Amino acid sequence: MGFVTPDFGTLFWMTIIFGILLVILKKFAWKPILTALKDRETSIANALSSADKAREEVKDLKADHEKIIAQAKREKDIIIKEARDLKDKLLVEAKTQASSEGQKIVEAARQQIQAEKQAAISEMRNQIAELSVLVAEKVIQKELKDKASQENLVEDLLKDIKLQ
Amino acid sequence: MKATKSQRYTAFILFFLLIFSLTSTSVYAEADSHDGHSTEFVPGDYIMHHVADAFEWHLATIGETHITVPLPIILYSKTNGWHIFMSSKFDHGKTTYKNFRIAHQGENSGKIEEVNQQGEVIGLPLNLSITKVVAGALFSVVLLLLIFVSAAKSAKRRAGQAPRGIQNTVEPIILFVRDEIAKPAIGDKKYEKFMPFLLTMFFFILLNNLMGLIPIFPFGANVTGNIAVTMSLALFTFAVTNLNGNKHYWKEIFNPDVPMWLKFPLPLMPIIELSGLITKPFVLMVRLFANMMAGHMIVTVFISLIFIFGKLMGPTAGLAISPVSIVFSLFILMLDLLVSFIQAYVFTLLSALYFGMAKAEHH
Repeated sequence: MGFVTPDFGTLFWMTIIFGILLVILKKFAWKPILTALKDRETSIANALSSADKAREEVKDLKADHEKIIAQAKREKDIIIKEARDLKDKLLVEAKTQASSEGQKIVEAARQQIQAEKQAAISEMRNQIAELSVLVAEKVIQKELKDKASQENLVEDLLKDIKLQ
Repeated sequence: MKATKSQRYTAFILFFLLIFSLTSTSVYAEADSHDGHSTEFVPGDYIMHHVADAFEWHLATIGETHITVPLPIILYSKTNGWHIFMSSKFDHGKTTYKNFRIAHQGENSGKIEEVNQQGEVIGLPLNLSITKVVAGALFSVVLLLLIFVSAAKSAKRRAGQAPRGIQNTVEPIILFVRDEIAKPAIGDKKYEKFMPFLLTMFFFILLNNLMGLIPIFPFGANVTGNIAVTMSLALFTFAVTNLNGNKHYWKEIFNPDVPMWLKFPLPLMPIIELSGLITKPFVLMVRLFANMMAGHMIVTVFISLIFIFGKLMGPTAGLAISPVSIVFSLFILMLDLLVSFIQAYVFTLLSALYFGMAKAEHH
């Protein structure tokens, strides 16, 4: 069975051949190929991860956008609501003010009227008093010529006083 | 009538096989009588001739003429030093040259022996000849260098770009070796150091397995079906494994975690572990050798069936059996194609597993 006993010459040459092949391929083939593979893999992985990151950023941006829009909407609503409130308030205020002003004016007018009336009444009373004094003077001057008439007069006057 | 391309190819191959079988039959029918060989067709010799190593590269035999590629014979004899000459000097093993001849019988059959003037054998010289197997391996080395150096050049030139051409062809296989063999077997952190070795091993075995299946020069040398070749490869794995063995690896061999009585006074476990050290590369050597040798042998057995039938029942029977033989050989060749890949994978995977063991940390 010669073919199962290793031949020394073949073993010798094979060891040299394989050793040299190993060294040469390692230096000139495997190193460049494996480095190229690794570089490409890392660059692809980087590209993918940066694409992911970009997508994430876009997503974030969109979300931000939406958030900003929603915020703006909310603010607009608030502003409109505030304006409406303000308007209502102003209207109400204006109304109340106007009414109170009117009342005040009416009141003042009434008071003035009252005052004028009082003044007129008192004026009238004064004049009536003066006139009555004058009349009384005249009457008295006329009446007081005799005794009887004087007494009549006093009596009448007393009656008048009672009436009042 | 216009034949399709595949029909034309089939017809050509059949014609070629017919011519081949005719010439072969004539060779074995009227084998040369120079060295007293029988003129009969001996299947064992025929098969061994096709699967074994040789000092010359036989291409074809037409009539009595052997067409061979002579290979260098390198001999060192204790009596008269170094001799380097071409194998053609032996005239296909028929003559004695400078007191050397190829033995055809006896215990040295197939080897070169040294004879004295009287024709008596005086010893075996140290034989460092470039045999058919070595020449085949050298040719495969040239091919490997051409393929992978150009792939590396393309990888360098097209850095960062998609691979093209030959680089594109070999890259998936390199990635397979890296991701399916080296990384799982050795580990993500330590695999890089072993990648050149594993890749060289894988492609060397694969290419030689495949080249061995092509029966036309310069292919067809049964390189990986030669035990010296597989021994050399297994020795490389053995050396790389043990040169990379860490403290844990050696501790597991000389002082494994077993009960004391298994280590002292008789170092039972260390002996078993040490034998395991040898068994691993031995198994690698035998597996590759046996698989490739068997594949080649079965193919030649099926082919020789034609001549066995021809010898026993006449040429008509031989011709009749030839389609069966060819179909079976084709089937076995297909199987060998598969086996070529599987064996390259297995050898590399097991080497990687051994490296992984040598580098494993204690857990």
